[in-house]
Amino acid sequence: MSQPSTPAGWEVVIGLEIHAQLATRSKIFSGSATAYGAAPNSQANLVDLGYPGVLPVLNREAVRMAVKFGLATGSTVARRSVFARKNYFYPDLPKGYQISQYELPIVATGKLDILLDDGSIKTIGITRAHLEEDAGKSTHEGLGASSGIDLNRAGTPLLEIVSEPDLRGAKEAVAYLKKVHTLVRYLEICDGNMQEGSFRCDANVSVRRFGAEKYGTRCEIKNVNSFRYVEKAINYEVARQIDVLEGGGTIVQETRLYDAAKDETRSMRSKEEANDYRYFPDPDLLPVELDESFIEAVRATLPELPDEKADRFCEAYGLSRYDALVLSSSRDLADYYEAVVAASGGAPAAKLAANWVMGDFSGALNRDNAEVSTARVSSDGLAGLLARIQDDTISGKIAKEVFEAMWAEGATADAVIEAKGLKQITDTGAIEAAIDAVMAANPKQLEEYRSGKDRLFGFFVGQAMKATQGKANPGQLNDLLKRKLAP
Amino acid sequence: MSLHTLSVADLSAGLARKDYSSAELTQHFLDRISSSNPALNGFITITAERALGEARAADQAIAAGTAGVLTGIPIAHKDIFCADGVRTTCGSRMLDNFISPYDATVVERLGAAGTVMLGKTNMDEFAMGSSNETSWYGPVRNPWDHAKVPGGSSGGSAAVVAARLAPVATGTDTGGSIRQPAALVGISGIKPTYGRVSRYGMIAFASSLDQAGIMAPSAEDCALFLSAIAGFDPRDSTSVDRPVPNYAAELNTPVKGLRIGIVKEFFERGMDGATGTLVNAVLDQYRALGAELVEVSCPNLPLSVPTYYVVAPAECSSNLSRFDGVRFGHRCENPKDLMDLYKRSRGEGFGSEVKRRIMTGAYVLSAGYYDAYYLKAQKVRNLIAADFKAAFEKVDLLIGPTSPTPAFDLGAKVDDPITMYLNDIYTIGANLAGLPAMSIPCGFDGHLPVGVQLIGPHFGESRLLSAAHAYQGVTDFHRRIPAAYV
Repeated sequence: MSQPSTPAGWEVVIGLEIHAQLATRSKIFSGSATAYGAAPNSQANLVDLGYPGVLPVLNREAVRMAVKFGLATGSTVARRSVFARKNYFYPDLPKGYQISQYELPIVATGKLDILLDDGSIKTIGITRAHLEEDAGKSTHEGLGASSGIDLNRAGTPLLEIVSEPDLRGAKEAVAYLKKVHTLVRYLEICDGNMQEGSFRCDANVSVRRFGAEKYGTRCEIKNVNSFRYVEKAINYEVARQIDVLEGGGTIVQETRLYDAAKDETRSMRSKEEANDYRYFPDPDLLPVELDESFIEAVRATLPELPDEKADRFCEAYGLSRYDALVLSSSRDLADYYEAVVAASGGAPAAKLAANWVMGDFSGALNRDNAEVSTARVSSDGLAGLLARIQDDTISGKIAKEVFEAMWAEGATADAVIEAKGLKQITDTGAIEAAIDAVMAANPKQLEEYRSGKDRLFGFFVGQAMKATQGKANPGQLNDLLKRKLAP
Repeated sequence: MSLHTLSVADLSAGLARKDYSSAELTQHFLDRISSSNPALNGFITITAERALGEARAADQAIAAGTAGVLTGIPIAHKDIFCADGVRTTCGSRMLDNFISPYDATVVERLGAAGTVMLGKTNMDEFAMGSSNETSWYGPVRNPWDHAKVPGGSSGGSAAVVAARLAPVATGTDTGGSIRQPAALVGISGIKPTYGRVSRYGMIAFASSLDQAGIMAPSAEDCALFLSAIAGFDPRDSTSVDRPVPNYAAELNTPVKGLRIGIVKEFFERGMDGATGTLVNAVLDQYRALGAELVEVSCPNLPLSVPTYYVVAPAECSSNLSRFDGVRFGHRCENPKDLMDLYKRSRGEGFGSEVKRRIMTGAYVLSAGYYDAYYLKAQKVRNLIAADFKAAFEKVDLLIGPTSPTPAFDLGAKVDDPITMYLNDIYTIGANLAGLPAMSIPCGFDGHLPVGVQLIGPHFGESRLLSAAHAYQGVTDFHRRIPAAYV
């Protein structure tokens, strides 16, 4: 139960608030575009700028996406939800209030299963998910004593997903965050881009003595934008809180900011300094009323969900739970994998295909920062390579070289094998000739082997492989070597 | 006969007959404005050049035979409506320098109908006031007596129509801001059903109560213009998608058999003796026209004022947050930091009544007070709406006074907000319930006009207007013009 980083006797309690930017084309209450990276304020119209007299109009697509999330997490989708104003002053908040949902969110009480390190499954409660608009950005760089405001992001739709305080350590928190990340991309409601801020989270962290009934005082760590930082920020914060408590101090409820460069959290504002947001229902927007037909129409658009897919991969392809989870972590990767399996003759090739998709293929994607959709080796291409492994044309080791060439040149496996002369040597005579040459060149090692130094066998395998440029069929080479080396 | 004494229908007919051009008509009103506005102070901004340009365009449309009934008719807009390229102040120093980059839906629709914008009328700051004394641009005078207030918040619109500096004006009504000034200057004014007219481009005071309407001498004038501004607007989620009647065509619906409810609570308290006498005479007039008058009760109506003064400030405290000195409007000199920028820009930009309401609103929404004030007020609001609903099961329209007294002296109530707030005692109920209501002139208390109020069920504008029109067919109070402005 206890996390490795947690001193004995303490239990860590974490709840996450995830902000997923919904992948709508226009903003939640205005017709402005939501594309990332445009020139400052080029995607902010009068509504986004909070001009006198303008009014918000709800984007139905954002509602549809929130409902999709609700249905995918087994949540209650509210037939009636209400937008509320959260009032505070800040230059990047043009109206002086953020339109959010408060008492009546669109999604409530759902759950999500995560896989723990020990292989067990843990169910994490989702308290609620509500729609709201994002704020703009303040910038201070290169402006001297002034500050700049970019309102392109103001009014971008967000789904704030709030978990129950069910997470018991940084690892669980990251596993849950990753699970939500996978889910929103499956549902095609969020691009999941953490660097651009489309998927970010705040962590509420507290610690208590094991067995204590009451939660400890919590601190909220704001806006952590990578899985690694979430883990580090939580671990730092847990250690800090335990230090304070063990030193006889008390935790002050406050908002803290994680500084990745220093790997520490520091206080932003205490509860006493916190705003009274004076929430009240936004009179400019009608309550969102959803009927059954709308909800059922959204349900009909739900894809196979990650857990369902992983279950099917285990069952249909005999994959391990781990492999099934990795392959189903993104829809693109899962689709690619299934296409490779299908083109390789189905289930018998499933394990080989899994190793290649998770191994060399994913490795190449990461190395080149590429997407599955733009990968240099297509699913058919990879299936072509696997076919040559299965029919013993090349060894697994040579196949890696072939794959790299396919990736670099965009060629088929057969073309690469042909062009580079990588076809496996299965001719016994040729392999024997190579072995003979190696034995003749290494008389000392041969003598030692024959006088009982068994471990020199590997040396001969290596030398013989080298002599055939790695092309000898490994099984045949082994058999022939054993026979020839025998005294 | 002078052009400024004609009704909108007559002006329209004259333009169609080419008795005069829109340019001549417009010039006539601009001349009246030049000579009278300095003393009256009904306009904040006069858009003479633009008006003459629009008038020439209207004349071309008339010549080309593409004109509508409103083409070429001059109009004044309350300075709460954004007009593209025109300074839009909302009566506040905060927006003294604000040139709107867009048209409000009301302005856009009236422009499309061919009307000619004479200028922007004075008003209580951000529509908060009942006397027009909270305007940054100084008080508006009542054309019947310059020592008196014209009412508020649409006091400028009321005064310029009463003084015949414009044939018609737009107004907005959050708690009586069309009806009370209409009553105090002796003209007609209609506040439509909440959602009937788009609020887009109308600077918000209290979003759940604000509604745009028309102020003009007669119900017929109001009907012609209401058809032009009413209707669904996709830019306002609270506007209602429902067909717009041709109100002018339905004006002659007979009053015979109309059931009019005398709201008991309206007649029980607060009303001046003379006002009471005049309003009672209206009841007799309707009886004579064949209406059936029955007493009805709205027991929660006396709670209107306290309810309103929780709900409206709550919404205004949030609506006015956007005036922060950052993107538009007044900004203080040399702010030393962000907090200083906010505090001084807002401190300098807003007047004391606006500040009072922002503070009241922030208080009733704050943690620990929300349930006791805001939530409770919403519950009472529902009770008031239910009272009206029950009443409209028995009757077609309700009747009562518009204002407890005729126009009062400038400065008389300015230091006593509670007394000032009680001016709205008869008008607020319709806003809380989202009902259409209008005030029409029903006589004089001495030299000062008095108004009577009609309230209809949701989307009952046509019935309201035809009932008012019937009354105006047998009275001439709406045609009276203050001596100084004849």
